[in-house]
Amino acid sequence: MTPHPDPSDLRAALRERADTSGMRWLEEALTRVAQRRSAIGTLFPAAGRECARGTLVEDSEEPRAVPRTWTCEDAVRALLLTALPLEGAELGSEVTALYRYGDAAEKRGVLRGLGLLRADEGLVEAGLPLVRDGLRSNDTSLVAAALSEFGASHLDAPAYRQGVLKCVFLGIPLRDVAGLPERADAELARMLNDYARERSAAGREIPADVWRIVDPPRFHPREEA
Amino acid sequence: MRIFDPHIHMSSRTTNDYEAMYRAGVRALVEPSFWVGQPRTSVGTFVDYFDSLVGWEPFRAAQYGIAHHCTIGLNPKEANDPRCRGVLEVLPRYLAKDGVVAVGELGYDAMTAEEDEVFAAQLELAAEHELPVLVHTPHRDKEAGTRRSLDVIRESGVPVERVVVDHLNETTVEAVAESGCWMGFSIYPDTKMDEDRMVRLMRQYGVERVLVNSAADWGKSDPLKTSKTAHAMLAAGFEPAAVDRVFWANPVEFYAQSGRLRPETPVTAGDNGATFAGNSIERGSR
Repeated sequence: MTPHPDPSDLRAALRERADTSGMRWLEEALTRVAQRRSAIGTLFPAAGRECARGTLVEDSEEPRAVPRTWTCEDAVRALLLTALPLEGAELGSEVTALYRYGDAAEKRGVLRGLGLLRADEGLVEAGLPLVRDGLRSNDTSLVAAALSEFGASHLDAPAYRQGVLKCVFLGIPLRDVAGLPERADAELARMLNDYARERSAAGREIPADVWRIVDPPRFHPREEA
Repeated sequence: MRIFDPHIHMSSRTTNDYEAMYRAGVRALVEPSFWVGQPRTSVGTFVDYFDSLVGWEPFRAAQYGIAHHCTIGLNPKEANDPRCRGVLEVLPRYLAKDGVVAVGELGYDAMTAEEDEVFAAQLELAAEHELPVLVHTPHRDKEAGTRRSLDVIRESGVPVERVVVDHLNETTVEAVAESGCWMGFSIYPDTKMDEDRMVRLMRQYGVERVLVNSAADWGKSDPLKTSKTAHAMLAAGFEPAAVDRVFWANPVEFYAQSGRLRPETPVTAGDNGATFAGNSIERGSR
């Protein structure tokens, strides 16, 4: 299972990575956003420059509070989103603007940060189109971020399955995809079985992640007569 | 030999180019926003283009081990189309991005009043955002265009050491050398400069404040012209240290004035260990 961090987990992880001036910048930024929503427009892109960048937690098989894929910038941006004094559709429209005009790293921060916000109807309505946009991308970091907590909780079954299949196709590790224990179903197994058969017919290697979903004894390399 | 191409339009190039550039030693580059072959007619197409300069293209470059940064601006040719003028309003959003290390390409195409206005407005933006400026000199009426560009730069109050005036040749280099601005040269197969003429100019003017680029784009051009010019320098007796100065230290010094340059790390790869971990990413068949 991929972990689902809350703001205190992110703060704790950031304290290990950012220096004093970076953490001071973060606290001031959170205060400014809480006071005036529009402040986030210039603070959001500056997260890496001003606070910290790079890997947030060491890669490990051990269970931990923060997923290994999160960067320091992601954590800073997620915290900034939680500081917005907004909810519902208003929060949704602010988040949409940050995504629309964000660079790849900012878009990723939005997709991951959505999972920390209260998912009422207004936010889900605004957030889902961003997740679908991320899934349409060919940038693997965006596809992966689209299938973090928020996307995994709110995508309908066909879109979620297509997202997981795309991850296998692009080589994004399934251990970084949220929601699989609850959402992997027979139809997803069928799709991955077909994908594996196509690889096998072409004489190509079958990605090991296929076997997370497809039961090896039930895999048929050829279409049955 | 490590190479930093300070001006190349990778959106128009193939993955074969990225591979060949890496083999030739290119580890970092700057992609200036400019016109594309087909004129654009709306702000929306610019926004998508800018998005790819701070999103998709750095991702592509990172696959090949090359750090990608860009410059953002409304180019002089499209400054003449009133339908594109709204681009000026979206620029501040992009000038705040991590991967943006200068404002540009600015300057003149046909030296119209519209080009004057848009050039001056963007020099103001550069001063406000404390970013370097990349100035394109016109293909036609180049000498007059270069002098007029230098006048506008002086009036703007942007410090000359933060400006590169590009696409120079034998007739325009002198004025820029005297101005204190950086001197940019584009090495092309048929037009602009070639390798041997470039070597001659460096003998005459030295290597200080000199940036040499391939400016490769969608026209007849060659993304390996940086490497070819570096080898021509060595063959002509320049020390390896002078070559490294021109093809690494100089572009790093110029663009580092933005405070955002990270020439050692492919921008996207450095930001996401997990999706680039191991060999998983290279295998994906996109």
